Formats: sequence, C-alpha cells, structure tokens
Amino acid sequence: MTPQTEQELADVIASAKGPLRISGGGTRPIGNPVVGEALSTSGLSGISLYEPGALTIVAQAGTPVAEIEAALDSENQRLAFEPMDHRAMLGTDGVPTIGGVVSGNISGSRRISVGACRDHMLGVRFVDGAGVITKNGGRVMKNVTGYDLVKLLSGAYGTLGVLTEVSLKVLPKPETSATLYLNGLDLSRAVEAMSKALGSPYEVTGAAYNQAVSLRIEGFEASVAYRMGQLKTLLAEFGDLTEQPDKKTSEEIWDSATNVHGFSDAPAVWRISVKPSETPAFIDVLQQMHGFDYALDWGGGLIWLAAYDDHLSEAAHYHQDSARHNDTVAGAEVLHTNLQHNAGRAGGHTTLIKAPDAVRAAVPVFQPENPTVTALSKGLRAQFDPRGILNAGLMG
Amino acid sequence: MEMPIPNQDILARKAQIVERLQSILPDAAVIHTESQVRAYECDALTAYKCPPLCAVLPTSTQEVAAVLKICHDMGVPVVPRGSGTSLAGGALPTADCVILGTARLNGVLETNYDDRYIRVQSGRTNLSVTGAVEEMDFFYAPDPSSQLACAIAGNIAMNSGGAHCLKYGVTTNNLMGVTMVLMDGTVTEIGGAHLDAGGLDLLGLICGSEGQLGVVTEATLRILRKPEGARPVLMAFNDNEVAGACVADIIKAGVLPVAIEFMDRLCIETTEKYAKAGYPDCEALLIVEVEGAPEEIDEQLAVILDIARRHDPVELREAKTADEAARIWLGRKSAFGAIGQISDYMCLDGTIPVSSLPMVLRRIGELSEEYGLKVGNVFHAGDGNMHPLICYDANKPGDLELCEAMGAEILKLCVDAGGCLTGEHGVGIEKRDLMSHQFAPQDLEIQMAVKDVFDPQWLLNPAKVFPLVSSQSRRIAAE
Ligand SMILES: Cc1cc2nc3c(=O)[nH]c(=O)nc-3n(C[C@H](O)[C@H](O)[C@H](O)COP(=O)(O)OP(=O)(O)OC[C@H]3O[C@@H](n4cnc5c(N)ncnc54)[C@H](O)[C@@H]3O)c2cc1C
Repeated sequence: MTPQTEQELADVIASAKGPLRISGGGTRPIGNPVVGEALSTSGLSGISLYEPGALTIVAQAGTPVAEIEAALDSENQRLAFEPMDHRAMLGTDGVPTIGGVVSGNISGSRRISVGACRDHMLGVRFVDGAGVITKNGGRVMKNVTGYDLVKLLSGAYGTLGVLTEVSLKVLPKPETSATLYLNGLDLSRAVEAMSKALGSPYEVTGAAYNQAVSLRIEGFEASVAYRMGQLKTLLAEFGDLTEQPDKKTSEEIWDSATNVHGFSDAPAVWRISVKPSETPAFIDVLQQMHGFDYALDWGGGLIWLAAYDDHLSEAAHYHQDSARHNDTVAGAEVLHTNLQHNAGRAGGHTTLIKAPDAVRAAVPVFQPENPTVTALSKGLRAQFDPRGILNAGLMG
Repeated sequence: MEMPIPNQDILARKAQIVERLQSILPDAAVIHTESQVRAYECDALTAYKCPPLCAVLPTSTQEVAAVLKICHDMGVPVVPRGSGTSLAGGALPTADCVILGTARLNGVLETNYDDRYIRVQSGRTNLSVTGAVEEMDFFYAPDPSSQLACAIAGNIAMNSGGAHCLKYGVTTNNLMGVTMVLMDGTVTEIGGAHLDAGGLDLLGLICGSEGQLGVVTEATLRILRKPEGARPVLMAFNDNEVAGACVADIIKAGVLPVAIEFMDRLCIETTEKYAKAGYPDCEALLIVEVEGAPEEIDEQLAVILDIARRHDPVELREAKTADEAARIWLGRKSAFGAIGQISDYMCLDGTIPVSSLPMVLRRIGELSEEYGLKVGNVFHAGDGNMHPLICYDANKPGDLELCEAMGAEILKLCVDAGGCLTGEHGVGIEKRDLMSHQFAPQDLEIQMAVKDVFDPQWLLNPAKVFPLVSSQSRRIAAE
C-alpha cells in the first residue's frame, strides 16, 4: 500500500486488520525481521517549506533525501548531521527518504561535532497505531512547548508511529574542507590522538580511524589553513602527519567514512557505541577470541565491526550447539552475543546492522536494556500503538 | 490562575507524612513548620504563591528514592525543585504537595576530558558546572541568563537555552545521560557517556518534561573546549524591521554567529539608565558575537559588518578590547534587571520563524497601545525566541489580569505566525491553558498518555503543562 496523503495513510492504519511493515525507500532493512502488509510512505513526497534565512526545511516523510539535499545545495546549505546512505554497505537499492533517516536517527561522521539527526529535528507529524494524526514540535529552532515527542519518534524505526512530515534545522555549507592524516598509529594511540584533537579549540568535524587517523576541518579558507597548522603542531608527537588540502578529495574521504564503504562486501556488520576511551580495551578483549575487521568514527566512540565468512565459521566453534560448528549463521550469533555483552559492560550498546535474515531473526538486533527502561519502552509502545501493528518486534 | 483544590485528606495527614519522611532523612532535611515552608512558596513567577505541605532536601539518589517511595505509598503529590528560578511556575507548590529540593545534591561525580563529559548531581548550578572544568579550559555550553542560580535539574526539566545556543544548541543537545527516580521509587539510568540511544530515545523525552516523568538526580553532560576567542559587535538601526532583515541576511550568508541578540528602544533606554553601557540612541540594536581564532573572527566579522552596512545602520561598534566587549554585553545582560527597576513585568518566551519578526514586532506594538501597557523586547533573534517584557503594576487591581490577557494574545500571535508558546522557559502553570491553542486534543492526549506510563497515579508535578480541564480526569482518577 502506498497512500498518497496523510489522511489516506491514517485510514489505512485505522482500518488495518493485521500487522504492517513500514518502509520509506526500503534502503535500510535494519532490525529484527518484521512480518505484515507492506506500507510505503513514498507517496507522501515533497518539500512543503524551505526558509534559508530561518535555517529550516519542512518536508513530507517520503521525500527523497537527494531532493532535499539538492534544494539545500542551491542555497549553499546542508543537513549538517551528514546522514549515512546505507545502500552501498547493505547492498540495497531504492531511494532513501528523509522519513527513513529520521526514523533511524541516522547520522554520519559529523555527529561528533554538530549532534545527531535527532538534534536537528524540529517537528514531526505522524500517524499512531490507532490511525490518529498527531503533531509535536514545530518549525522553529527553540521550542519547549509540551513533551518532546520529536526526539522519541526520531530513532523509533516506525514502531511508535508512521512519520508523515518532518521539519529540520539546516546549516550553511562551509567554504572548504581539509583532512589531516596521522599514519602508523596503533589503536590506543589513535584514540588518544583523536581525543586530543577533539579536545582542542580547532573545531574538528570528523575523527575517524581505519589504519590511519583522519581528522576533518571545515570553514573559511583562511581559517581552515590556520586551524590545520595549529592541529599539526598540537599533534606533532604522533609522528607521521600528512595533509589532504583538496576540498573534493577531502569530501570523498568523509563520504566513504560515513557510509562505511569499506565493509560493503562483509556479510555481517555491527555498529557499537561506547565512550571512546573504552574502545581499545573493547577491541582487545574481543580479538583474543575472534577475528574481525573494524573501523572507528566519532573520535573512537563509534565502532563499525565487520565479520567475513572465515571469521564467522571460526566463531561458530564457540556455539553451544556442536551440530552448528561450521555454520556462519551460528558464528554471527556468537559474535553478536559477545558484542552486546561487552558493549553493555562498557556502558554502551551494539546494534546488528547487516546480517542474513536467519541471524536477525535469532538475536535481539538492538541491545537489550535495563529492566526499567525496557518496561517504560514497552509501556510507551502500548500507548502509541495499542494493537502492536507498527513494525511489530523490529526493535525487540 | 486556577490551581486544583488541595486534597483535604492529605492536609489532615500532614503529621504522619512528615514523620515518615523524618524516619528516612536527617531532621534538618525535612522542612515542615509554617514559617520555614514559606521559602518554597513560589519560584520566579512571583505573582503566584502557595506554601507546600512540607519540603525535603535529600543528598543522594537513594534518599530521593526513599522519599518518592513514601509519597507514592501515601498518595502524596511531589513537586521537584531545583533553584526555583522558573519563570513559568514550574516549581510552584500546591498546598498538599511535598517539595523535593535538589539544593543539597550538588557534587561533581566525575570529570573526563578525554571523552569530554562531566557527571554531576542534578542540584549543581549551571555556572558551577563550567566552574568545575574551567581550569582545563573546558566549559558547559548551555548558558541561561540565570546560570549563576539555576540548577542543572531545572535546566533538564525545562530544556533551557541560552544566548549561545545558535551554535551550541540547548540543554537536550548537551545532555548525554541521567540517573532518574520514578515516582514509585525505582532508580534507573538513561543514556550515559556514549552517544545516542540503543533503543527508544527516552533521554530526549525526559529533557523538557518539566518534572512530570521522574526526578533527575544525576546528569552526564557534554563539555567542550573553550574557543580561542570571541568578539561581539554592536549594530544600531532606526527601524525594528530593518534590524530583523539584517538578522536574516547574516544567517543566509553562511556565517554562523554564536549569538544574535536584539533589543528595542524601551529596553535600550531603560538599561542605559541603570547599567550605563553607553548604547547609541536608536530604535533597535543587535549584538552579534562570533568565535574562533583571531583570523577567523576577523573574517566572519568582515562579512557580518558588510551585510550590516547595507542596512543603513545608525552605528556599528566593534569591540577592540575585552573591556569594550564586556561593555557591549553589559546592557543586554542587565536588561531584565533594569526593566525590573522601573516596573513589575511579565516575561514572555514565544518563538517565531525569523521571517515573521517584523510582523510580530509591529503587532506587539499595536497590542501595547490597545492594552495601555508598555512592552520591551529583548531576545535571541537568531533563533526567533522572543522575550517581550510586559510592564504592569502589581499594586493596581486588575493590572496583572490585563497583563496576562495581553501576554496570552502575544503568545497566540506567535503560534499563529508558525511558532510556539515557549522557546525555553517551559509551560508550567503560566502557559498551561494556552496549550490548546497550539495543540489539537489528540496532540495533548498522546503527551498525557506518556505521563501515564511514567507516573500512572499522576503524583509528580500534576497540575502543570496541560490545561487543567484536559488533565482533570486523570488527576481525579489518581485520588
Ligand atoms: C532572571 C532570569 C533569567 C532567565 N534566563 C533564562 C534563559 O536565558 N534561558 C532559559 O532557558 N531560562 C531562563 N530562565 C528561566 C529559568 O532559570 C530556567 O527555567 C531554569 O532552568 C530553571 O532552573 P531551576 O533550577 O531554577 O529550576 P526550578 O525553577 O526549581 O524548577 C523548574 C522545573 O524543573 C523541575 N525540576 C526541578 N528539579 C527537578 C528534578 N530534580 N527532576 C525533575 N524535575 C525537576 C521543577 O518541577 C520545575 O518544573 C531565567 C530565569 C530568570 C529568573
């Protein structure tokens, strides 16, 4: 079903006889597998309002991200949180929509300096599980009128309501961008270097590690040159520094970091959020048991962890069912369990982003939470979606 | 302002309630004599006062949990209180409530510069959070003008903003985690030192929930390295609308100042009398501040001044020294106080799309004439968060009501212009009954349904945020 108006969408939900599987562009099949009739928001498309002078844009949920980016680009503005495009990594095609970005609270490398997607969200309209059309927030940058359901809906993957319209804060595009590489650092030195850079006054807007550390500086030409120089002095103790001053190349580097192009061919990928200083020990402990690849973003606070078939077969040997010791699905389950266990101990969380359906059906894709938070979340779902029909079970 | 009729049964059980609270807290932490509870009878919305049944001042999360458990078991409403600087009556007691004050929850629990966060008890004042990390050249970004007094607990409850939020965001954008106690005494952690929620974003929901979902006892806050420098410029114009247009042009030009503040003639003249900042004689002035390295500041200011020159300014004043910078800010920072010297005033807090600024200012001027009450405008122009200050005479019968009626018209105007009732002060009791102008019944219903999940008995700060008629059935069912 592809309703063309908000009211049609509300009618579809109100009269639904069973569970619904909601999608925007269908490019991010994240979460525990969902059954139900397909319901697409792609019919609700178009920019309703764009005020460059107020730094705000309002669009229907099914609007392609590309359409929004093109409109912003014409005014030299952008979505500063740099939404990740999952298509390369997940091997999906289709057209990513803004509603999908918001539903997943999808942010990229710049999250570390400007905040996540939810931090740029100003308002939502949505249809809840009973088919009621509701709004929250608005289109102004400061708004504390009533509870902030905007944040709650951002990152709820459609389980609390189907977004029909979102309003977002946008920001000016900087004049230029440059990247500094720190080569030859091991993991713990890399995290140290990134912390030092992010703790400096030079406004680093990206800090990633994948063999080398990359640090991004953006702004006016002269200012970028000045801060790049300062950063080099500050980080001189880390040795081998090289600079990529070209804007276009620098942008490509961060495109690839944000979209995790490096792990496109991996069958299983996880996304782990811990505080950066926990990351070296987290990786270390895991490496004593398993093989895997990893890349860091957000100054080390975001770990992308990828396992290939040989890693998964190896991990399968730890599975309690000896009949499955060569089964890559079993291997992914083992790794997943360990990752969530260790992330939980480190005070963070692990989400399985990419894996065969069999794995996603067998494990809690999202990190199980403490009993109180679990109970509160369950209570909220019961209020927003009393019949439990919206992407039921997607978040566990 | 109407408040629910106090529950007589609770009033009759005061001695018992106090005794139970005294059994778990040191005697000095339970305040219950008539003269002592007066200290808690209002917040900064001083037009409304009501002494509570009693007040408690716990020193730990465990004590807060024990207090809430007792109140829950005995069916007593609880009003959490930080420093009592709310301008919306968020911390206003009812006669049958226990005030739970955070004043003694003021410690620093952890500072971590590598991961850039600080963990504090929630009663710590906003400014002293920055105070705790200043020696390492770090700071906590949200900076409400009340920052010397207001507590992080209140900031979280109101999702407070400040002059610099154009760049750094408001409280919710700088809050990473909380320890919170639910009304039944359950303690839970939400969020932490990592980024983003693993499941539903409950932290985003807690921030701005005006003490109605849980009592926050500890908070993990993002801290940032101080910029190398900051410099303000002052721009004077002879027309409000021109000043408004200048703001929009600055924002469109791709520079992102950390602050753009606006003052109109009444505010300028009044502050001049009291603060003597040396402001020019004009209709409207803007203070625009930029940050960064010296070169960066020069470059951004050049762009900004260039735009300002195209708007026919009366004067452009660049701060050459720290002293000159301080003088530029002096008047703005003294504005509320100065108006307070000449009159009682009510401070509104509606937000509008920046593009409607000229229209809204014009209409406020007209309303001022119609009601015969003076209005000063001083506000965060970059984000459209207005602060009209309506002057009235508290000793003149009917004047407060007149002022409130005019305030309501201005706030409705903000909503109708595409904005909202409150940008940073919160709804409290003050804007409670205007909520139905901004929200349809179903929009309010789902918010109240959220409170049902966290506080099924509606015991936490129950008479706030929602129109009393909307929340009535729930509050009565709870009794
Ligand atoms: C002169 C002046 C200037 C101001 N300037 C600004 C400004 O620039 N920006 C701005 O945003 N605000 C401003 N304010 C408003 C006010 O300072 C803020 O709303 C502030 O955050 C309130 O903090 P508080 O500690 O005083 O909270 P209180 O007034 O004590 O309480 C505020 C709310 O928080 C709740 N609460 C308190 N403690 C807890 C807790 N532990 N758990 C859960 N809920 C709790 C209360 O129930 C109440 O609803 C100003 C006020 C004044 C008087």
